[in-house]
Amino acid sequence: MESLLLISIAKFVAFLSIVLLAAILLVYAERRVSAFIQNRVGPNRVGPWGLFQALADVAKLLLKEDIVPKNAYKPVHDLAPIISIAVSLSTFAIVPFGNTIDIFGSHVKLMIADVNVGILYLLSITSLGVYGITLAGWSSNNKYSLLGGLRSSAQMISYELSMGLSIIGVVMVAGTLRLDQIVVHQTQYLGGWLPAWNIFVQPVACITFVVAAFAETNRLPFDLPEAEPELVGGYHTEYTGLKFGLFFLAEYANMFTASAVIVTLFLGGWHLPYAENLGVSALTLSLLQVLAFIVKLVAVLLFFIIVRWTIPRFRYDQLMNIGWKVMLPLTLANVLVTGLVILLTQ
Amino acid sequence: MGTMQSSGKIIRKKDLNIWQKSYIPEILKGVRQTIAEMFKPKFTYNYPEEHFKPNPSFRGRPVLVKENEVERCVACGLCSRVCPALAIEVQASETQLEKERYPIKFEINMVRCIFCGFCEEVCPEEAIVMSNEYELVFSSQEEAVFDKQKLLKSTEELKLRLEFLRKNR
Repeated sequence: MESLLLISIAKFVAFLSIVLLAAILLVYAERRVSAFIQNRVGPNRVGPWGLFQALADVAKLLLKEDIVPKNAYKPVHDLAPIISIAVSLSTFAIVPFGNTIDIFGSHVKLMIADVNVGILYLLSITSLGVYGITLAGWSSNNKYSLLGGLRSSAQMISYELSMGLSIIGVVMVAGTLRLDQIVVHQTQYLGGWLPAWNIFVQPVACITFVVAAFAETNRLPFDLPEAEPELVGGYHTEYTGLKFGLFFLAEYANMFTASAVIVTLFLGGWHLPYAENLGVSALTLSLLQVLAFIVKLVAVLLFFIIVRWTIPRFRYDQLMNIGWKVMLPLTLANVLVTGLVILLTQ
Repeated sequence: MGTMQSSGKIIRKKDLNIWQKSYIPEILKGVRQTIAEMFKPKFTYNYPEEHFKPNPSFRGRPVLVKENEVERCVACGLCSRVCPALAIEVQASETQLEKERYPIKFEINMVRCIFCGFCEEVCPEEAIVMSNEYELVFSSQEEAVFDKQKLLKSTEELKLRLEFLRKNR
């Protein structure tokens, strides 16, 4: 019992530091990659290759004055960034980043919290994220912030639906709500050679989920809540210093979590194809699988960044059209077809 | 892959098939372009280490041309007259040299100068030209007033600009 507690604490500490560090590194990666895309060099002064630029930015944000507008509602104004960061940090807890591993004589599952309705937890927690943004927009008492918050709530509610429906296809195929079981289900092979990743089994669900994930994380084709040219800064216009930093960090932690979920649900999670046949020891295999998860995660994150600098922002009516008239029917049809196929084959 | 041409032909939405209407091929094309862009050479300079080297046509800070260890200027005062920002001050005096007149005082206030190049254009002796120097930093108003010693530059240093002026006048 005591060792279980110790393992949980160790996992928790490792998880928090990894996610926060990853979010900070992600800010650096985004600045550097976007610079390369625009034929610039990007931050390269602080530390080797400018790696410490993001840390320096965090230190700067810590030292900045915290300004609360005169007419803002202070309790909610303070609460909103905390909700944002808490939500984005707690989502990652259920993502399995590796298979089981045997260390110090105990059998450890490589995920923070083994929730038996993992997907429900995922959906409910991510939909809480809208409160942080909406409350920030409302409590700032600023028209731009309010518009950003309103847009954000409309957008998130619209895309939450298609997000959930595209997951249903995956759940129907796997027959379970546990994320680790969904990954285990993807370790089979189709026709003996193609890994049964859901990107091949459920391609439509994969595309709709990725699009919805972009919308949920407020990334560029869907970044209307903070559209700079029209809304100044959107919901975080009136935020400074550490509170702005929390929003910023939450945005990148969200992106990190969304990528991890995409990898888990559609790209086979920690599954490294054909690694079972390599004949390596169980510990090496586990470590290789963690490495495979990290590689997939980085690839998806790069995809997020590259898409941001490729596609321009949607107009608001286009956003709603895509959400309700394209994504929703598409995901519903996907659920229907998946159900029919399962019914006919079993 | 869709075959949408961007040149010439007008593309109507009704002519597209469903795969093209999903915009996925076009988005993938865009992503490919973005990735290709990442590996192209950079446009920007690593400034303090690398410097931008201007062409001869560049209008940097105005300088006085020094020939045979003495300035070409005959202190006619045309540059001072034409200067729209009133940045140039010239005082003439006599000399034993062939040109008979020389500026005993020649000052350009670099805070006022707008780098228009009128002084260079109006000068009958080709004695004041725009150099390729663009890094001008002062910590006080007095420091920004460049006297004759600071303005003088030899013909070798200004060779490219002088050639450019001869060609384009």
